[in-house]
Amino acid sequence: MVQNSKFRNNKLGLWGWLGGGRFGAERYAYALHRLSGLGILAYFIMHIFVTGTRIGGLESWQTAMNKFATPFFKFGEFLVFLAFAYHALNGIRLAITELGFGLGRPQRPVFPYKSSVIHQRPLFIAVMILAAIIMVFGGADFYLIK
Amino acid sequence: MRESTLWVLHIFAGAIILVLLGLHMFIMHLDEVLGVLGIGYSEPIASESVFARSEQAFFMVTYILLLGAALYHGLYGFRNMLFELTLPKAAETFINWSFTLVGLGLFAFGTYAAIFVFAAKFAKEI
Repeated sequence: MVQNSKFRNNKLGLWGWLGGGRFGAERYAYALHRLSGLGILAYFIMHIFVTGTRIGGLESWQTAMNKFATPFFKFGEFLVFLAFAYHALNGIRLAITELGFGLGRPQRPVFPYKSSVIHQRPLFIAVMILAAIIMVFGGADFYLIK
Repeated sequence: MRESTLWVLHIFAGAIILVLLGLHMFIMHLDEVLGVLGIGYSEPIASESVFARSEQAFFMVTYILLLGAALYHGLYGFRNMLFELTLPKAAETFINWSFTLVGLGLFAFGTYAAIFVFAAKFAKEI
């Protein structure tokens, strides 16, 4: 959620997007989530125009597809698939934690401390493993199985 | 609209995308793997398959739903990232309006394409 900028002053700039400081793997996963989201958004906007060539009929669609039938674009498409797998699975984790699940009960800050970040670590590991499995299947589909 | 409402819509759109784009990705890009398992959709990117799907009401409707959800989710997410840079108020207003117009324009174009191809089927039959 974004508040109007007059309420606070973010001096981190772009580092605020990419850096996680000492907040742990989940914070860097969040940064990568946003980067992958930007990549998917860029591809999606192009995809709208490409699929729009269907208006011109079968021939127009085929001409557009032939332009993209190169190893370069195939690799680009594979990268989008990887970004999708990561963004979707990590997005499930973010939505679950956003709704307050998997964070543990609030506790008094008494040593030894138990943070909610550590509490949600198993969820983080689980979604990363699932994303990796989908990526492997995607890689097999794009490059191995014919 | 309140920021909290926009944020809830962002998450809701994400859930829609998860289902529809998940199906799309599995059908379109895991076809060979699914084929090995015997549940694949053969040649999903072939022109004939693309047009055969486009001429079905189910795919036309889900395509438009996915288009709207993905545009909102993506553009709102990008807008939030830009707002984190604590831009001047005028820049934030410009971003809000330009993203809204770009989103509506892309939605209109994508919807037109989906309906046009769907309707072309009936034109052929007539």
